[in-house]
Amino acid sequence: MKRSTKSTQNPKPSFPPNRKCSILVDNPMPKNSPILGTSPLRKEGVAKVLGLAQYIDDITLPGMIYGATVRSAIPRGRILAITFDPSINWAEYTVVTAADIPGENTIIHLTKDHPCLAAEYVNHPDEPILLLAHKDKTLLPAAVAAVKIEYEQYPGIFTIEDSEAGVLKAEQGDESGIIWRGHGHGGTANTFKTYLMQKDRTPIPADIWAHADYIVEGEYRTGAQEQLYIENNGVIGEAVVENGTVVEVKVQGSMQCPFYLVHALEHVFALPQDKCRVVQTETGGAFGGKEDFPSVIGSHAALLAMKAGCPVKMTYDRAEDMVATTKRHPSRTRLKVAVSKEGKLLAGEIDFAIDGGAYATLSPVVLSRGVIHAGGPYHWPHLTVRGKAMATNIAPHGAFRGFGAPQSIFGIERHMDKIAKTIGLTPEELRRRNFLVEGGRTSTGQLLKEPMDMGALLTRALRESGYHRKREEFALTNLSSPIKRGIGFATFFHGSGFTGSGERRLNSLVEIEITPEGRPNILVSSTEFGQGTNTILCQVAAETLNLPYEDIQIAQPDTYKVPNSGPTVASRTAMIVGKLVERASTQLCGLLVGSGYVPENYTAEQFKIGAAKYVTELGAIKSSVRYEAPGDIFWDDETYSGDAYPGYAWAVYVAEVAVDTRTYSATCTDFHALQEVGKVLHPKLAAGQIEGGVAQGIGYALYEKCQWVNGRMANNQMTNYIMPTSADLPPIHAHFEEVPSIHGPGGAKGIGELPMDGPAPAILNAIEAATGIAFPEIPLLPEDIFRAMTEQPSASKSGAPHLASEMWVDAPQNQADAR
Amino acid sequence: MTTIHFTLNGTSITIETPPIKRLLDVLREDLHLTGTKEGCGEGECGSCSVLMNGELVNSCLVPVLQAEGATICTIEGVATEGRLAPVQQCFLEEGGAQCGICTPGMILATHHLLEKYPQPTLLQIQEGLAGNLCRCTGYMRIFESVRKAAAGGTF
Repeated sequence: MKRSTKSTQNPKPSFPPNRKCSILVDNPMPKNSPILGTSPLRKEGVAKVLGLAQYIDDITLPGMIYGATVRSAIPRGRILAITFDPSINWAEYTVVTAADIPGENTIIHLTKDHPCLAAEYVNHPDEPILLLAHKDKTLLPAAVAAVKIEYEQYPGIFTIEDSEAGVLKAEQGDESGIIWRGHGHGGTANTFKTYLMQKDRTPIPADIWAHADYIVEGEYRTGAQEQLYIENNGVIGEAVVENGTVVEVKVQGSMQCPFYLVHALEHVFALPQDKCRVVQTETGGAFGGKEDFPSVIGSHAALLAMKAGCPVKMTYDRAEDMVATTKRHPSRTRLKVAVSKEGKLLAGEIDFAIDGGAYATLSPVVLSRGVIHAGGPYHWPHLTVRGKAMATNIAPHGAFRGFGAPQSIFGIERHMDKIAKTIGLTPEELRRRNFLVEGGRTSTGQLLKEPMDMGALLTRALRESGYHRKREEFALTNLSSPIKRGIGFATFFHGSGFTGSGERRLNSLVEIEITPEGRPNILVSSTEFGQGTNTILCQVAAETLNLPYEDIQIAQPDTYKVPNSGPTVASRTAMIVGKLVERASTQLCGLLVGSGYVPENYTAEQFKIGAAKYVTELGAIKSSVRYEAPGDIFWDDETYSGDAYPGYAWAVYVAEVAVDTRTYSATCTDFHALQEVGKVLHPKLAAGQIEGGVAQGIGYALYEKCQWVNGRMANNQMTNYIMPTSADLPPIHAHFEEVPSIHGPGGAKGIGELPMDGPAPAILNAIEAATGIAFPEIPLLPEDIFRAMTEQPSASKSGAPHLASEMWVDAPQNQADAR
Repeated sequence: MTTIHFTLNGTSITIETPPIKRLLDVLREDLHLTGTKEGCGEGECGSCSVLMNGELVNSCLVPVLQAEGATICTIEGVATEGRLAPVQQCFLEEGGAQCGICTPGMILATHHLLEKYPQPTLLQIQEGLAGNLCRCTGYMRIFESVRKAAAGGTF
């Protein structure tokens, strides 16, 4: 479907790549002011503030009808019979079952274990079984309720521990606890994926444990978290059917990764890629929640459209979105760390487990990021991290900002405070003695070649937040106040881009074309969902082409028109896609200037006129560039070692809290987030990313709890799943250090996920500083604080904060073994 | 069906509709004004906020019958003569809108707040907007947008 164009794929550049055109001319025109590092208006911002931006629910197509999903009422079992209540006139409805699927009954991500519609077995509550469509959407809820499904029920598995127990029982010959079989799906029974990551690819020498001054053990847990984008999942499906056979499908809607959905449609409809068209419409928040899930709802809407012969809109309401779509993986991190009395980490053993839900979906990749970030920004002479993603009878957990890292970072950052307390150092001093340094090697053995300085970041963050002064102040005020105040921090890092060889495999392609009016138009599948993709990519092109920001356009992601620049995930858009846009811009400039249509030291007007003339006289131009892996980046999937990411963002987050010992509520009262993210492309967008991520992190730590009842989220409403409002949040101060990276445009690194990693451990460290109670689990709600303060005889509600040694309230295996 | 009359963004409207149809659906489906968004359908998120007789209401909780004779302002009525209203301009400049789905409701809530408190304190802003959820911004840019609009004196 693509127009035939003159491709300029990878011609030899006529000047050194990655430099601005204006630098190359002998007598440059007065250069436009820099665009990178300034805050131009959001590209699609005017439409958004006017209420004119078109989200999927705002779009109505001629002849369009509405779809709904019939879901399983039980967590696990076999479907025995489906009957349709005769009180409904079913002739008016389009009904789709698994038998209608023209291709494979699967939603493909990494493997094919996940059915598009359950045919015989169901493996989680609210699993899709059957689809209905009708022109009157108000009739659908009653119709859904009128489809009666009989089941043979099997016992469900709802926790990591249940799932592990199932594996143990199976080893004794009882298979009843096996709910997922690994055969053919890259896993083993109940286990989607395991990793073993060893520093220097060698086990920890046994004598380390025998001779260490201290061995500190701990166990930490994190709960599921709902992305809670304010726009629910929604799509419109269309299909072209000829002689009873579907020949082309189209899905438009709210999503992050149009080509993921293309891939899913290819399998469901047995169609080639160029017959599966996907268009992203304005997307009202995503945070990972629209990474993998649109493949499900998109396939469903297209199936209904195929059968109905007209466009079908499927939009979930809030309750359905919350109960049936992905959430952040719950986790359990067990740490055992050997430390010298000088406070040097000698060795660490980390067991990291996540609950993947009923199907593999993206769990192996989430696990990978969690494993790689599990050791924190510290030098480990010896480190072994074991990761596993377990199956449960819960709707599949999926991508959510941070993607495994917030879970394992919560573990290590809580544990660092525990180690400090055990050996008698401050949290600050322990970290200073163990930080990774430039020229050092990470737990995967990656040499840190680019400048980084965690010590300096820590110094600045503690200064900005008034950390030392406040510690002293709170020590005094806590003596007499029923409100205990505390300040704590977390130090961490987050890799930008796909892990390991991921970017090589993605092999992303970016194009820039020239419109008939002579304006550059960026063609990427990278999507805007609030984080600023449109704006920063246009800034990069404008800066590189030395044109005004307003002259650059970016196309709506439509897989028939844009190349696959990879998914919009993994903190990769600014750094990886931005770099490709920079290269494509440089190449475009070389082509136009080299052709003579645009003079060397062009003005914006000359560029426009010359570029338009080129297109008129010689035909369309597309400057295409493909990802080229840096030559010095190597990764070995077998041994899980090497260069895990091209670049890292480094950060120190400081949280201040107040714990009211009368109401048992904990509030975050001030928050300082300092990060080094390379060049900050757009200060206002960057601050917005940090502030928004910190707010989600505060919710993760203190408010947002998924209440599970037999594998089903019981509080699937905004009324009882509590995200922070404007009145709940402290001032959030975002601070930046800028150390340009060679891997990103203008020196930028990734930023999107980073702010999700730090708040939860910083807040719980602060709560420990305030109360003396070491809470090992989030979310931490008032009832948890109440329990800890009232169940421990030493935890009275008034008086001085308790000595830490009295207050380890977690499980016995968490007791420090201090020798 | 019932005949309902109200004034919408300065225009007189007469509509035949089931009386308990949500004002939100009348606006979006019957009048094709899709700037008012549905986020939760239960009055928690505020994405469907409109001004009704000067009060900020969740249009998902208002049966259209209650709008009889009312004066209603939606996001489509905020800009005048093709120009952004100052509040809209401030949200645009300060990063008060990210994904944009809460933005129409947030802008109407800001109007309501500034009518009540032309120079609001931070606490008044926080409480005035607490019925409008935003998952993207962490609200800090929104507070900046409101402060800037207040400083401008007109909104």
